[in-house]
Amino acid sequence: MQRFVYINDESCRDSYRDNRVSNTKYTLWNFLPKNLLEQFRRFMNQYFLLIACLQLWPTITPVSPATTWGPLAIIFIVSASKEAWDDYNRYLSDKKVNERRIWVVKDGIRRQIKARGIHVGNIVWLHENDEIPCDLVLIGTSDPQGICYVETAALDGETDLKTRIIPSICADLSSEQLGKIKGVVECPNPDNDIRRFDANMRLFPPIIDNEKCPLTINNTLLQSCYLRYTEWACGVAIYTGNETKSGMSRGTAEPKLTAADSMIDKLTVAIFIFQIAVVLLLGLAGNIWKDSHGCKLWYLMYPAERPWYDFLVIPLRFELLCSIMIPISIKVTLDLAKGVYAKFIDCDDQMFDPETNTPAHSANTAISEDLGQVEYILSDKTGTLTENRMIFRRCYISGVLYGDKTGDALKDARLLNAVSSKDPDVVKFLMVMALCNTVVPIKSNDGTISYKAQSQDEEALVNAASNLNMLLTSKDSSGIAEICFNGSKFYYEVLDVLEFTSDRKRMSIVVKEVKSGKFLLLTKGADEAIFPRSCPGEQTKTYLEAVEMYSHLGLRTLCLGCRDLEEDEYKEWSKKFQDASCSLDNREHKIAEVCNSLEQGIHILGITAIEDRLQDGVPETIKLLRKAGINVWMLTGDKQTTAIQIGLLCNLITPESKGQLLSINGKTEDDILQSLERALTIMKTALERKDLAFVLDGWALEIILKRSLESFTKLAMMSRTAICCRMTPLQKAQLVGILKSSGSLTLAIGDGGNDVRMIQEANVGVGISGREGLQAARAADYSIGKFKFLRRLILVHGRYSYNRTAFISQYSFYKSLLICFIQILFSFSSGLSGTSIFNSISLMAYNVFYTSLPVMTIIFDKDISEATVLRYPQILLYSQAGRLLNRSTFAEWFGRSLYHAFVVFLITINAYADEKSDMEELSMVALSGCIWLQAFVVTLDTNSFTCPQITLIWGNFVAFYMINLILSAVPTLQMHTVMWHLCNQPSYWITMALIVAAGMGPVLALRYLRNVYRPSAIDVLQQIEQTDGHAQAPGNLESSTGTYLDYLLTDLRRNKSSIHQPLLSDSASSR
Amino acid sequence: MVIPILVFVGLLFIPIGLACYAASNKVFEVVYRYDTKCVPKNMLHNKVGYIQNASINKTCTINLKIPNAMKRPIFIYYQLDRFYQNHRRYATSFNIAQLSDPKEEANADIKDCKPEAYAAKGIPVVPCGLVAWSLFNDTYSFARRPRRAGGIGGVEALRVIKSGISWRSERERLFGKHVYPKNFQNGSLVGGGRLDPRKPLSEQEELMVWMRTAAMPRFRKLYGRVEADLDAGETVAVAVRNSYNSYSFEGGKAVVLSTAGPLGGRNAFLGRAYLVTGMACLVLALLLTLVCLFFPMTEEHLRLR
Repeated sequence: MQRFVYINDESCRDSYRDNRVSNTKYTLWNFLPKNLLEQFRRFMNQYFLLIACLQLWPTITPVSPATTWGPLAIIFIVSASKEAWDDYNRYLSDKKVNERRIWVVKDGIRRQIKARGIHVGNIVWLHENDEIPCDLVLIGTSDPQGICYVETAALDGETDLKTRIIPSICADLSSEQLGKIKGVVECPNPDNDIRRFDANMRLFPPIIDNEKCPLTINNTLLQSCYLRYTEWACGVAIYTGNETKSGMSRGTAEPKLTAADSMIDKLTVAIFIFQIAVVLLLGLAGNIWKDSHGCKLWYLMYPAERPWYDFLVIPLRFELLCSIMIPISIKVTLDLAKGVYAKFIDCDDQMFDPETNTPAHSANTAISEDLGQVEYILSDKTGTLTENRMIFRRCYISGVLYGDKTGDALKDARLLNAVSSKDPDVVKFLMVMALCNTVVPIKSNDGTISYKAQSQDEEALVNAASNLNMLLTSKDSSGIAEICFNGSKFYYEVLDVLEFTSDRKRMSIVVKEVKSGKFLLLTKGADEAIFPRSCPGEQTKTYLEAVEMYSHLGLRTLCLGCRDLEEDEYKEWSKKFQDASCSLDNREHKIAEVCNSLEQGIHILGITAIEDRLQDGVPETIKLLRKAGINVWMLTGDKQTTAIQIGLLCNLITPESKGQLLSINGKTEDDILQSLERALTIMKTALERKDLAFVLDGWALEIILKRSLESFTKLAMMSRTAICCRMTPLQKAQLVGILKSSGSLTLAIGDGGNDVRMIQEANVGVGISGREGLQAARAADYSIGKFKFLRRLILVHGRYSYNRTAFISQYSFYKSLLICFIQILFSFSSGLSGTSIFNSISLMAYNVFYTSLPVMTIIFDKDISEATVLRYPQILLYSQAGRLLNRSTFAEWFGRSLYHAFVVFLITINAYADEKSDMEELSMVALSGCIWLQAFVVTLDTNSFTCPQITLIWGNFVAFYMINLILSAVPTLQMHTVMWHLCNQPSYWITMALIVAAGMGPVLALRYLRNVYRPSAIDVLQQIEQTDGHAQAPGNLESSTGTYLDYLLTDLRRNKSSIHQPLLSDSASSR
Repeated sequence: MVIPILVFVGLLFIPIGLACYAASNKVFEVVYRYDTKCVPKNMLHNKVGYIQNASINKTCTINLKIPNAMKRPIFIYYQLDRFYQNHRRYATSFNIAQLSDPKEEANADIKDCKPEAYAAKGIPVVPCGLVAWSLFNDTYSFARRPRRAGGIGGVEALRVIKSGISWRSERERLFGKHVYPKNFQNGSLVGGGRLDPRKPLSEQEELMVWMRTAAMPRFRKLYGRVEADLDAGETVAVAVRNSYNSYSFEGGKAVVLSTAGPLGGRNAFLGRAYLVTGMACLVLALLLTLVCLFFPMTEEHLRLR
């Protein structure tokens, strides 16, 4: 599929869409139906709607329909308005982008129009620092050589400037001509590949040749990049609006559902099935009872003639009676709780970054529980783990290690002395540092010089050289570079640049010293690329040692060297180089060969060591997270060697002796697949103690995804660590997708625009509001200032949120089941007719007031203190494995509610028998029994008692009695004065105490036994906290506790895969 | 923490249980089930026919032996068995608005009262609904035969006070002073008792008692009270006018004489339940202690302490 873009041709402006960018999900018209449809996709909402509809039939409804319709409406309105608000904000930010004023050239006249008015084929005129509004093919720049610089950070996250060049046929066009240019660009249909653009261009007369000119990605300016250091540039719009490469790779963010949520949904379905079974049984029994007994009861006046649907009435009544089994309040309660968790995160002082003044923020308030269940963290490297700030730290010149005492060579007195005494080795070294690069010095008006560089390493080296009095002052277009050393100026003519490629791992330049006319080859590169090419007899051993030492410190090393060239030799070589540069096939290989021929016999000058400083606290954080059972992967666009170094430095991978790095690479596809299989075998057979990790790059991943996804998934599930380099944004997202589809809970963290897709794809996306802008932070669910805050985010906030949600959700089911079981028990003594023991008001208030408030206390509950969690991070495994919310814990709650229902019901009907057997009184006694019991249940499961908690639990009690005493005063209600009577009866209070004792006694005893004989890891830590008090545990105790915890948790670790097995199969079937 | 709590609860509950038990034992009651006894032997095969035959005089006399002395006031209850006042079709079949306010009476929405909502020609029934319609209408009159030193003494009638058997709130608010029974029991099918159409509902206390529906199929309702002390061994003769049909659903009818204690009528349940719970707590505490003594905690666990 092709698209033909006619440049500057208004007649075909409507064949493609305009440049209106739209990220909104809804329009004004489709909001209501689409949103409703979306909300009704959740099983619970469908269920409640059904119940609400059934309640409209008065024959069967036990309570007034308002009890369901009211809450249902509130739930819908709340979530719809939240969606609407989010969408409105998206609309506003789109609008801002669309209304931007952009210069466009039409028929030679420059005009300013709104960005959304740009059409395919328009010529767009950009100025320095403009954001590029759509995808353009560059046709002209202010630079005479047809170059411009763009910053692509928003697109791929790489912060270095990229050079873009105008296509050859557009060279030599004057700016007037550019405005009137006519032609056609033949390009593929929109796609999301930001590294490829295979197109060609033809210009129409009068501008000359009808020849096709090939275009590559280097001729394009892509949307959302920035034009830098270029006065102006202009280009032809080829993709517009959402069809641009950045728009296509944006993807829409799907609403995220947490693992806890889907577990709750599953439990809901299970309860629903149980409910249907109960309803069918009771309905059948009810119908039988009616026919055998009910008809004899003259006072019921069953008519002789019954309508056809009569057999349905009793089952449907029971359905409505049991409908409260699924608590309608659970969604509201959980949403509220989640909102509070999010506020906790927002207000956490310890996650406030004073350096950048950014607090932590949770944009998505709905997924805090997932933080506590994270299994995989996929982290970006640059800017996330590192500070993204390259600094020259150390160097090794002719046998002296500079900077190894102070850690900073620039402050090493020996080096400063050597510079001032003009030590020839040092001077030469500095000269290479300053010259051997592609850095462009820019002199500002006040005389200061700044450097712009494609690579941050080069920038660091040039800056360091200038600090050591070796100043690169200018480079002019004819290739004369001016260097200022200790005040005296030197001129060099840069003749050739032997460019850096990842294969060559080195770059060189050939310069001519203007004063002496000497030819020099200056080179820098990785040690393994330079040492084999050094002069014979050169002592490389000491250099090797230095390199090794530096890389153990996590520094990026470069080896500098030079070689004197004879003029003849250079001339000869230069001709070959020209030929190779012009060759049409296999150009790269040929150039590499020619370069290699010159880069021989290099005299090694020294080693530089550059630090990309890790953010503070990164190694500790990663260590902690790994101890907590989280697998940390590093996904980076960077080179493999750097990635591995950083990996070593931040505890991601362990050095050789204890760990092993399995590299998956190869020249051909088969090689790669073979090494994948090899890695898999090693991984399977390896000892548990050994720390295994695998490394692969983007190309290998592409092939693996195509050919051998299955074994890669296996490998991914086994590997605790992985380093993936040279990843495109899409590939990062794909990796997240693979882990996700195998049932793991993933967290993606990054800081740049290139991480946006993976952040959106992952279960939890965390953005670092860093130096690369706020794009990632905006797309993310959580944004934090520094990587180290992840520790608190996961271990403290995530874990607590999960624990709390687990309690709240199960408790909600418990209280609903409790009241429902009482209804069922009562139905056996009311002729299976479906009478509700409780009246409408009680039923509604039970869910909304009496039981929702005490459970809110759990939002403030901390099972173990933050300090303990951070000291024993392995406790996270407990929530990770879903130990607090699963089928067996739910069964426990289910059993408890059944038991409590029996206790309440049996005690009530026996204590209030015979002359006290009054419906209103009995119902109120049973209701109070439930309230008492559940207050004690909450108290029992609360671990920390703070003021709000006590107020909520016991205040709720007071509220219950207040409400009922007030309701008792309303004469039109049936329960008129009932509560007054009850409160005056000693037997009422005696009954309550009995219910509490009989209900809680066995629960307490069982809990005690379990605490003693099968303590969970959490119990152990709680005991430690109690015995320790505030005193710090001595070291040996701590370690023994650690081992004991590990022992308790090994089962979890071992069974983890089996625990996730059901999840896995479920997720597969649900899709 | 747990064991002390259990011990504490146990120690607290046992005395309370004993007190409840004692309180209940101080209450004396006499229960006499008369539904079968009051049917003549020749009609036993057709009890329903007997009760529905209006031409038979259905008064029957039963003698209640008072085993213990009973102090005034003595409450008289009727007890029904297997009578589902809590049945859904029944329990909701009344209209609260209609009962209290004569203004509401005409326009109250009495759909819920069906099938006892309207008399012929669509005139509303007051009080409507199945509950009122099935009003219990057996009546009792009591006479005591005090045990005299020599043989049978004379008969002395016991006055049954039938006012004040309902709640004050019912008399004053729920049942209106200006609402009179209308069209009540005028249909082709007569359910239970009739009401005096000249008396306002606020004075019809037996209706109020009946209409406070019971939660269980076996229940007692207050019939009246006797302000007299009964001695042990004395006999009370009850003349029952047996007219309520409990026979078609094989329900039981009984008359109950009972004194009242601080916890209400005689009900051993609370006392027993307290004793059982208290004991259970103590036993549980003992068991837990023993278990912990004989099967101490795992070594790793102990090391942590």
